[in-house]
Amino acid sequence: MNDPALLLSDDEAAILGGEAGPAQRLAMRIVVRMGEILGARELVEVASAHIDGCLYHGDGGTEFAERLVELGGRTAVPATLNVGALDLLNPKRVRSIGRRREMALRQMKAYQALGCRPTWTCAPYQSGHRPAAGEHVAWGESNAVAFANSVLGARTNRYGDFMDICCAIAGRAPRTGLHLDENRRATVVVDTRATSRALKERDVFYPVLGAWLGGAVGDRVAVIAGLPATVTEDQLKALGAAAASSGAVGLFHVEGVTPEAPDLATALGGARAEAVATPEPAELRAVRDALSTDASGRVDAVAVGSPHFSIAEFRQLEALLPSAPFAVPFYVCTGRSEHRRLEREGRLSRFGNAGVKIVVDTCVVVTPVLPPKGGVLMTNSGKFAHYAPSNTGYGVVYGSLEDCVASAVCGRVVRDESLWN
Amino acid sequence: MELKGTVVYPGNAEGRLLVLRKPLSFWGGVDPESGRIADPRHPQHGERLGGRILVMERTIGSSSSSAVMLELLRNGTAPAGVVVGEADAILVLGLLVAQELDYPTIPFLRVGTERVAALGRADGEHCTISG
Repeated sequence: MNDPALLLSDDEAAILGGEAGPAQRLAMRIVVRMGEILGARELVEVASAHIDGCLYHGDGGTEFAERLVELGGRTAVPATLNVGALDLLNPKRVRSIGRRREMALRQMKAYQALGCRPTWTCAPYQSGHRPAAGEHVAWGESNAVAFANSVLGARTNRYGDFMDICCAIAGRAPRTGLHLDENRRATVVVDTRATSRALKERDVFYPVLGAWLGGAVGDRVAVIAGLPATVTEDQLKALGAAAASSGAVGLFHVEGVTPEAPDLATALGGARAEAVATPEPAELRAVRDALSTDASGRVDAVAVGSPHFSIAEFRQLEALLPSAPFAVPFYVCTGRSEHRRLEREGRLSRFGNAGVKIVVDTCVVVTPVLPPKGGVLMTNSGKFAHYAPSNTGYGVVYGSLEDCVASAVCGRVVRDESLWN
Repeated sequence: MELKGTVVYPGNAEGRLLVLRKPLSFWGGVDPESGRIADPRHPQHGERLGGRILVMERTIGSSSSSAVMLELLRNGTAPAGVVVGEADAILVLGLLVAQELDYPTIPFLRVGTERVAALGRADGEHCTISG
């Protein structure tokens, strides 16, 4: 079997022995077994969890969550929930999915019964769940993992379905991977000095850099040098989401910006970089082109908000809202906390009046929202661009938020090419 | 043919080897209902995993592949056994959860990347796992 040298504290051994109840025991059994498989020597206490397992993939996932509920399971730490398969605030937004709807709803309810907060967002870090730098957490959802590690300096591995909730109930994770100092230092330097400052100041650059990064570094840790100090949280969010889709990036550093990279030497942990990678403008242009699968100029729908749209992004969109009606449906995916805030501030109706369809609690690539006739989806999201073709059957065109609005009005793709030439 | 390796999850199995020619993400790459390789860009697109001993260097892609593994086991469309080169936590997690839910489970063996590379020419051969 595997190396059994995983040492448990007395408390952990007691939980594993069933003293804290059968659900804790089950969760601890899985955490310990995974720790053994991963070669961990001990477990680490986690301060919070973000649960990705609430999205329905099949009845087994529902049955597992309900088993934990039956056994009396409760999360031991604060836990937020990622998107589900339904828009609970506006049920008609998601097209009928037959009996899957009932199972998806049961699964969402089971996770709430376990004590998770019904946040239903892939950007929990923008709705108040912000672990401190150095804090160990157990997060799922690849973009949220990249953000927690990179931008907040918290420590988590990529905990997917089942492992996320087991860590939350056991209050522990295997001390391995990105929980350990030595695996957090950068080994690759990404030098962006060849890219114009004008491009680096634009939002449209960051998903492209992220998609390039994922392909270039895979699961290695990079420190990116040469980005402007004015880089925004939403730009870093977009970078991480694209990098986690095209590669397995769980942590990146930005020199002078992110908490573990006050300078290059610190990010590298005092060691020499194993590699230096320089994204050349032509290469970035090619990555940007590869985010699109359709060149016909056709557009049948627009979707933004992957990761979920922030309040700052809603402000940007508000300033761009056209006086002319949209020629194709325009979807914005966001969390219910942002939705509530827009409502409270009396701004929600401006979007509705302009024809913007707001999708809450879920998003257009995990559940059927887009019109069933198919066609071409335009987006400003590297993550939507990556997943839309396989998950929705739509072709995809990538552009800036400005391009998306202009194209939705014209009903044809309109893109500002000047920055890329 | 006999395979020796580290037993990550125990069990017995026999079947013909299905040696993946390219890495595969189970999430988005395998249909949990039919157990077929569903990624149109994969060279073995359309092959059924059911009843085969699946051989691959490692799993790639989304951590939701654990969930797909669980559904395959639940639906009876899972491979008969899995042989990997490198340690993999994602698919095994699906197995651990299946065990908790009393679904059928399958043996999972780790044999090292060199051994997996050597199995490249053994696709289709009959094989037994006892662990």
